[in-house]
Amino acid sequence: MKAVISVIGQDRVGILAMCANVCAGHQVNVLEVSQTILDGVFSMTMSVDMDRMDITFDEFAGEFEALGIANALVIRVMNYEIFQAMHTI
Amino acid sequence: MQTDKILETIKMIDEECLDIRTITMGISLLDCADQDIHESCRKIEKKICTLAKDLVKVGDDISREYGIPVVNKRISVTPIAMLAAASGGDPVEYALTLERCAQKLGVNFIGGYSALVQKGYSHGDNALIESIPRALAATEHVCASVNIGSTKAGINMDAVKQMGKIIRESAELTADNNCLGAAKLVVFCNAPEDNPFMAGAFHGVGEGDCVINVGVSGPGVVRAALAKMPDDAPMNELADLIKRTAFKITRMGQMVGREASKRLGVPFGIVDLSLAPTPAIGDSVAYILEEMGLETCGAYGTTACLAMLNDAVKKGGVMAASNVGGLSGAFIPVSEDAGMIHAASKGVLTLEKLEAMTAVCSVGLDMIVVPGNTSADILSGIIADEAAIGMVNTKTTAVRIIPAIGKEVGDVLDFGGLLGSGPVVRINQENNSVFVNRGGRIPAPLQALKN
Repeated sequence: MKAVISVIGQDRVGILAMCANVCAGHQVNVLEVSQTILDGVFSMTMSVDMDRMDITFDEFAGEFEALGIANALVIRVMNYEIFQAMHTI
Repeated sequence: MQTDKILETIKMIDEECLDIRTITMGISLLDCADQDIHESCRKIEKKICTLAKDLVKVGDDISREYGIPVVNKRISVTPIAMLAAASGGDPVEYALTLERCAQKLGVNFIGGYSALVQKGYSHGDNALIESIPRALAATEHVCASVNIGSTKAGINMDAVKQMGKIIRESAELTADNNCLGAAKLVVFCNAPEDNPFMAGAFHGVGEGDCVINVGVSGPGVVRAALAKMPDDAPMNELADLIKRTAFKITRMGQMVGREASKRLGVPFGIVDLSLAPTPAIGDSVAYILEEMGLETCGAYGTTACLAMLNDAVKKGGVMAASNVGGLSGAFIPVSEDAGMIHAASKGVLTLEKLEAMTAVCSVGLDMIVVPGNTSADILSGIIADEAAIGMVNTKTTAVRIIPAIGKEVGDVLDFGGLLGSGPVVRINQENNSVFVNRGGRIPAPLQALKN
């Protein structure tokens, strides 16, 4: 299954590395990363492949949610299909 | 996938209140009919609790995995009047059984305490209708509906008369709970058999044994899209934008419905592509109309704007879903829509304007609070007028109106939750009792003779 991890919040050093670390720790492969910084607001979307993930989706999403709260960021993990359904015919 | 598309979706969910309003499991209870009412109730409880045991969990799982709220998980069942016809006895026992199922499964509502009497009463119909006020007072999650007319059959004026009385009694029996009984009761003309929305959902007899129907929402998304249009943009451009937005919203419904159907092992029925408002700020159909250039919903031009909105939503949504059904269009429930509440409190949105609006949108007079001293005959007159609009225009119309017992114009009835709160609106109280008491039938119009 493919998912999108989106991160929005105040920019600072290490956000991308922190997210990539969590992915790597659970055998989640990062396929594509796109990030921008606008007026100090960090916004990143990360496409990932979860086929070999060693925990459940719920646990993975929960871990990111907690990470977001601890770092004052809004982090979301969503099934890639929702974006595809909305934006492609 | 481009980042801006991903962020657009997230923004719709986060800021513009995009959600899946309901996943509704329709369950046929025809095979639960029994001459013994207790046995019939036992079969119903077993069937519902078996088929829907994972409904809430699947809804929550999808919500979590896809990041889109699935606000309600609901069940609709075969009109209970048909089971009451076989069993006899006090139909309230069925209502209590449905309530037990709802509580056990954790669903938000269960609809189908219903009777279809557009052409006449069959055995069981009268007993069920007469029991509605008691059933709604004795339960929390059960919703009732009665179909009193159709384009094919005309309007059953005996039922119209009876329903005025039943609405009043439902309000009176729940007077100490904001007259909530009347808010869970819908009187239909041309009732759809696959509607996932409450309070009017029931599982039609032409449906399969079990089916998943999905209702989408998203007035906030449409409003936010329109807000970006300049004041001099022509109406056709607004219509085009609404179509594109409705397409995106409906695709969500289609995806969630397909996924829910797969996980539950139940066939996917329809997507109801309705714009269903909630009392949350920003999630209002009235604000969409105001965004088109009206100071307040109800101003002259409102009916035209709503006609365009309703049509554009259907045009955009129909290609996004494999099967479209239910009510599909824009809803205008007064108490559930912050903009409508404001317009009604201001006195701009009157019952007459709402009636005109129902001629061009997908439903009818919905969640309107009227003075507590409104007589049953006047309620019947309102029902007859609304049913006539539905019958002649070959569309669904409905009446869900709440006489606020003990309250007058200017007071407010607060239901809480998704049902919201509504100001008591002024209505004319001219006598119509000779008309209402005539009974009989209004014959089907020429539109019925299409064969």
